[in-house]
Amino acid sequence: MGRIKKYTRRAFVIGSAAVAGGVAFGVYQAKRSLPNPLSASAGETVLNPYVIIDQNGVTIIAPRAEMGQGIHSALAAMVAEELDVDWRDVTVLHGPPAQIYYNGALMQGHARYDDREGGFLGNLQASAMDVLPKTLGLQVTGGSTSSIDGFEKMRMAGAMAREMLKMAAVKQGGGPDIGQWRTENGFVISPDETKIVYADLAEIAATLTPPKSVPLKAEKDWKILSHDMPRPDMLAKSTGTAQYGADKRLKGMKFATVRMNPHLGGVMLSMNSDVAQKMAGVERIVDLETGFAVIASNTWLAMQAADAVEVVWGKADFPSTNAAINRKIEDSLENPANSTGREDGDLSKRYDGAISVAADYHVPFLAHTTMEPMNATALFTGETLEIWCGNQAPLALRDAAANAVGLDGEKVHVHVPFMGGGFGRRVEADAGVLAARIAKAMPNTPIKTMWRREEDIQHDFYRPAAAAQFHGIVHDGKAVLLDAKIAAPSVTRQSVKRFSGFETGGADSAHLEAAAEQPYAIENYRIRGYLTDLNIPVGYWRSVASSFNGFFHESFIDEMAHAAGADPLAFRRDLIAPNSQSAATVLDVVQEMSNWTGTTPKGIGRGVAFTWSFGTPVAQVIEVQQTDDGIKITKAWIACDVGTALDPRNIRAQMESGLIYGLSAAVHGEISFENGRVEQRNFPDYDALRMGTVPQTEVRILENNTHLGGVGEPGTPPSMPALANALFDLTGTRARTLPLAKSFDFISA
Amino acid sequence: MTKTLVVNNTSYQIDLPDDVPLLWVLRDEIGLTGTKFGCGVSACGACTVHINGASVRSCQVPLSDVDGPVTTIEGLGTPDNMAILQKAWVSHQVAQCGYCQSGQIMQAADLLAHNPNPTDQDIDDAMNGNLCRCGTYSRIRAAIKTAASEMNGG
Ligand code: FES
Ligand code: FES
Repeated sequence: MGRIKKYTRRAFVIGSAAVAGGVAFGVYQAKRSLPNPLSASAGETVLNPYVIIDQNGVTIIAPRAEMGQGIHSALAAMVAEELDVDWRDVTVLHGPPAQIYYNGALMQGHARYDDREGGFLGNLQASAMDVLPKTLGLQVTGGSTSSIDGFEKMRMAGAMAREMLKMAAVKQGGGPDIGQWRTENGFVISPDETKIVYADLAEIAATLTPPKSVPLKAEKDWKILSHDMPRPDMLAKSTGTAQYGADKRLKGMKFATVRMNPHLGGVMLSMNSDVAQKMAGVERIVDLETGFAVIASNTWLAMQAADAVEVVWGKADFPSTNAAINRKIEDSLENPANSTGREDGDLSKRYDGAISVAADYHVPFLAHTTMEPMNATALFTGETLEIWCGNQAPLALRDAAANAVGLDGEKVHVHVPFMGGGFGRRVEADAGVLAARIAKAMPNTPIKTMWRREEDIQHDFYRPAAAAQFHGIVHDGKAVLLDAKIAAPSVTRQSVKRFSGFETGGADSAHLEAAAEQPYAIENYRIRGYLTDLNIPVGYWRSVASSFNGFFHESFIDEMAHAAGADPLAFRRDLIAPNSQSAATVLDVVQEMSNWTGTTPKGIGRGVAFTWSFGTPVAQVIEVQQTDDGIKITKAWIACDVGTALDPRNIRAQMESGLIYGLSAAVHGEISFENGRVEQRNFPDYDALRMGTVPQTEVRILENNTHLGGVGEPGTPPSMPALANALFDLTGTRARTLPLAKSFDFISA
Repeated sequence: MTKTLVVNNTSYQIDLPDDVPLLWVLRDEIGLTGTKFGCGVSACGACTVHINGASVRSCQVPLSDVDGPVTTIEGLGTPDNMAILQKAWVSHQVAQCGYCQSGQIMQAADLLAHNPNPTDQDIDDAMNGNLCRCGTYSRIRAAIKTAASEMNGG
């Protein structure tokens, strides 16, 4: 923990400002000022307002989107901890899209096992990289960064508010030195135990000059952080009253659906909507050039009419069959490398009596299938545009929508309701932009555009398919050489183009995450990346490149362990221990949790995998069982080291969630192409694990690392290889391609 | 053609074609948005409601086939007056994104109404049609067991 504390002396400048009937508190960085999105005098104030205290109580503006990962409660807890308020009195709102909520951690990257000086938080504060997301205006929720980014800002905002309320009380009541006043449960308490409720001090506080620095509580004094706190959204989500994007209701609202060219990127050559126009409830059919929308009085009537429109679609600009697409990815392994993520030792070194191991791997494209299909509601008046859309990057959506309807950015307002899952899909602006264009066709009428599930699956920004060639040498029971080539279309290049309009060249280091920087002490170690030029939309899928690299790297480590005749868990641990004690410890702990012995009875298989991703080392053991009805994934054990567990229950939930998301993909997930379009349509052919097919899971959280690690994504990368390795233990068949349901018989319930 | 629909003990006059699924009557016409759209093909359970006390996938029931009173998540309990099952959901902190949970709760309510002491296998069988992309299954299972024991008098 030393490292975090060491850097809290960061040069924050702290401020407050009057808002209607109260005061807003916040922190911001000294050097750069951005308009305060909440202030009446926007443009002048250099305040980053996270906490508002007024007659309604305490409201925390959470600058990150809630999509199920519990970030609202995590960020709110940071403020509440320092502010000394009752948890139940805190209201959490999602802040308006504004540059001031930039996510510094996202662009900075995460702590690696070999970070030496200062580590991640230290780097974050010193780095010029901090400027980059500001410049791009990225108010992004993703990359498992939100807690990390907020950890200091939110606590400082809470502490600032606490100190200024005390100052206000002293000013109001006169009396002794501020050091004798304290705060508790939403009250400032005087030395003679008189209690003053925060709201009564807010207006005075707004007139005071903020102190230059405020103390943060010591970790041992935390009452909320590091404890299991009830999530504030739980009641609404258990009673059907939580408002998702899909639930937006506005007076006079109409309901639309879209049908875009399933030959992704292709145009619409012609459309005949004569029949559809006359169908019940249909108001309007809108030509969107690469597809169309039907606006009706009811979503289902719109969907029916959309089915009745006859369309001739233009072709997509990529190979039309899956085989040809895969060949293109594999062929790119023969091109010059785009990047060398690691090159240690001498790759030509040969060892006497060594065992050589080689394997090729392949994984398919994957869809996100968030539980709530893509949708957005928009109201266009001619001068302004309002959008309600569950989106992970509302500022980028605002600009893209403004551009699409021909308005200035300031004339566009994006509301971010709850999201029925994000997993990286809701970073993209497409659903909001389409809704805006549709609304423009019927000014002054609010229109909710709901995609069918088929549309959602067939118009995703997919986790790219990827191919890998691994070669290794085992000598004296140890891995002494590992040489890997990994090819896929580049998520970074495509997404930078989508967000900024610029082509990027150069080395794509993100393409090698969870492969190039793993803490294995292998003497001769090279990881190279190859990019495939392919016009299939790819994007951020939970854990991004780590989702395929984890599978490749950890499957191959397992193959080397078996070639060495070693226990796969001990083999990993021995290679990792010289480089990272915290990583070796998660393996020790998962061994103990699962009572791993290295042998399994007949009919039972076990596999282990380890990845370090998003700053968090995670080890998983998965157990499978051969039953009469097929293979059942019975148990999973997860050990992770997050540095400081701010919200342990939520971390356990996220780890299990990440595991299930990964296992669902490993067993079932495949997006394939035929005749230039995605073949899968809906859950029956793009299924996921369910109540009867998920393993019983146990999670243990460790806090040995000295940096905060991500929690939303690191559970996903090790899950796929752990399962494949368990299947090898059970059946003796090595799974080198996914999904596994193609080569193994799993139970269906 | 106008049809009278009783939802959560309230009558509504519905003027929509016969084949509009109950899901879209509830959501777009009546404005009860607690019932969710997930797939439209009976593969996810997000749209689960009760008709005559039994769970159905409302995306598959045309308006003309609704032959009794409908209960949605909003009718099971409210934030001020939650059903035992909903309380168990809160105490186990089941939800993540929460989008599937209305359907999960309505399906679980049907299970417990017919089987006050479900085994793990009973829970698997009853709940397998309800997808949760956030993977909250272990807490759903725990909440069902807690609710079952509360309903049976603790
Ligand atoms: S929406 Fe009805 S089962 Fe999925
Ligand atoms: S809680 Fe998100 S889909 Fe179930």
